[in-house]
Amino acid sequence: MVVIFTAVAIMGGLGIFFGFGLSLAHRFLKVEEDPRLDAVEDLLPGSNCGACGEPGCRAFAENLIEGVHSPSTCSVSTASTIESVAALLGVDPGKQVKRVARLFCAGGLGVARQIADYRGEGSCRAAHLVGGGGKACSWGCLGLADCMVVCDFDAIQMNDQRLPVVDVDRCTACNDCVDVCPRDLFEVMPVTQNLIVQCKAPLEGDQARAVCGVACDGCGRCAQDAPQGLIQMENNLPVVAYDAGGPATPVATHRCPTGAIQWVEGGQFKPSGHPVKEFCLD
Amino acid sequence: MTQARSAKSFSHGVHPAEHKQASSALPVERMPFVSLYTLPLSMHLGAPSRPVVQAGDQVRRGQVLAEPSGFVSTTLHSPATGRVVSMDLARHPNGQYVPCMMIEADPFDTQQFEPAEPIDWRALPIDGFIEHVQRAGLVGMGGAAFPTHVKYKLPEGKRCQRLVINGCECEPFLTCDHRLMLERPAAVVRGAEIVASKLGADSATIGVELNKSDAIAAVRHELPADGPIAVQPLKVKYPQGAEKMLIKAMFGVEVPAGKLPLDVDIVVNNVSTMAAITDYFERGQPLVERIVTVAGPGVDRPANLVVPIGTPVREVLQYCKINHEARQVVMGGPMMGMPLASLDVPVLKGTSGLLAFTEAALNHPNEYACIQCGRCLEACGNLLNPSRLARLARAELYDELHQEHVLDCMECGACTFACPSGVPVVHLIRAAKATIRKRGSKDA
Repeated sequence: MVVIFTAVAIMGGLGIFFGFGLSLAHRFLKVEEDPRLDAVEDLLPGSNCGACGEPGCRAFAENLIEGVHSPSTCSVSTASTIESVAALLGVDPGKQVKRVARLFCAGGLGVARQIADYRGEGSCRAAHLVGGGGKACSWGCLGLADCMVVCDFDAIQMNDQRLPVVDVDRCTACNDCVDVCPRDLFEVMPVTQNLIVQCKAPLEGDQARAVCGVACDGCGRCAQDAPQGLIQMENNLPVVAYDAGGPATPVATHRCPTGAIQWVEGGQFKPSGHPVKEFCLD
Repeated sequence: MTQARSAKSFSHGVHPAEHKQASSALPVERMPFVSLYTLPLSMHLGAPSRPVVQAGDQVRRGQVLAEPSGFVSTTLHSPATGRVVSMDLARHPNGQYVPCMMIEADPFDTQQFEPAEPIDWRALPIDGFIEHVQRAGLVGMGGAAFPTHVKYKLPEGKRCQRLVINGCECEPFLTCDHRLMLERPAAVVRGAEIVASKLGADSATIGVELNKSDAIAAVRHELPADGPIAVQPLKVKYPQGAEKMLIKAMFGVEVPAGKLPLDVDIVVNNVSTMAAITDYFERGQPLVERIVTVAGPGVDRPANLVVPIGTPVREVLQYCKINHEARQVVMGGPMMGMPLASLDVPVLKGTSGLLAFTEAALNHPNEYACIQCGRCLEACGNLLNPSRLARLARAELYDELHQEHVLDCMECGACTFACPSGVPVVHLIRAAKATIRKRGSKDA
């Protein structure tokens, strides 16, 4: 009986002693924090996606309060969230152009020429190392969905051609798919930039057409048809300079012999888009 | 018997079936010249070579086509007399399109090589010797294609105490080094003499596995009496031919993780490279051809062929009568070699074999969960934990992979071979290493 009392007394005494220490620490060693920080963080989506360039939502909230970012830098938040964050902090919500990930390849199944059958670990990064995968084109999409797996927002789905289709509404421009693609086929760009060259193969003419039905063969017609200076040919591929040239119009795509350059409104690879030539093996 | 007793080896490793009997008895023959050669400007590790000829130029066999563009780069020579057709992108065996030079062989030329005066290597200073080796276009011919002259450039304060000549050929199916040692033992020994004397090595040891006892005897026969060169028989085990394993087997010395053989005062070269050194210094012949083993159940006429560098793989396989059963062609050995997506790729300086496999011979096991049996740990010569590396690779935990020394993996494939669950261990590790390198270059 005495043993139990002694034990309770010792443990209780220790508890009181450390509790007192903790309360002192809480009073005198307290780190002053802006009360708005927690409030802002609560409003933010909490996905820690990194699209704003900060390591997470709390770091972004700190920078918001310091005025480094404007609330609209967060591409995941909805318009109402941005408004309420701006109202809470009493700052201008800022303007933000919606940015999305675009795939620079349209050579899906049945369109890009397949020369071998890859059997092995089912990831693009693994297939890329084994003789470059099964496609004749060594720049094209491998179709093994590493980007779909890495996307935290379920914004990427593979279509029946085994091409990743980015859901424009869900995409937060976080760059995860850009980093994961072994062939660097994704690029994050403003949704208002409608002219997209869906090919990265620097091959020319017949060589390009031999590997894919929708390859850019470097003919340069789009560069001629577009307003002066808008499109430049580099490495047999058109490069669209939105800030340098005149306004971009769908005219540039009209004479494209393969449909490699497309005028995209909303998501890519819509069935109603330009008819895609089926690629037939010789 | 005495040989078997004196044979050395390293700890761990695996014993794949050898499959060498199909081609080990076949003498080396020369493949006829084909009409078009494709020469990638970067078939070695390091910077691509810089072309010095233009499309339309006439070139002679052995003429310089491209100069090294830096120290870790090498010279490229024409494999045939003919004409430079074009310089264009063409497919490399790794699947990427790279700048290549196309040479059209002159069908009326004899393609005879005119031997030049022997080079007096004894009189050369070490820097001059290194320059000559670079001018010969020599790369490691065991497969990695690392420029040979870079190995000879000893950093300040370093000394090459021992030269190791790698004649293990531990990969199944391959017999090109075996045939070379059997048919040209004098060239191997001569090359070893030249390199050992120029590097100031105390000894040169030629390591050969016991399954090539005839090659051991042939090379021993050529050894000069009381010279610094010796032949060391080794037990048959994979991956004995990995340079770190070879050093461990021969001298019991361990090359520390992340270090090179030079850090333990050793330089390792392949036997083919030694013969190529002899060819250059005695006949002036640069690296324009190499011996390639063509074997596997997918070819009807296996062979050890002297193939000019740049010959399309398709032509080599057709010459060896590839049959309709063939489903996969591997460049190199079956353990570390690269399956080819296209046959329209050239034979490179580092191509030791072309193996055609039938569906029946292909082993694509179903994958089951890792049962933690530890066989891959017993297989790994580098004493890594492959099963852990594979799991971390699947989980994409790259910092942890780094801590587990993933970059020390030499990708020999012994772990995948040993795995009873069919886990593609080495493939996962390779993909993870590629990702780590990509992230590293982005951060830098």
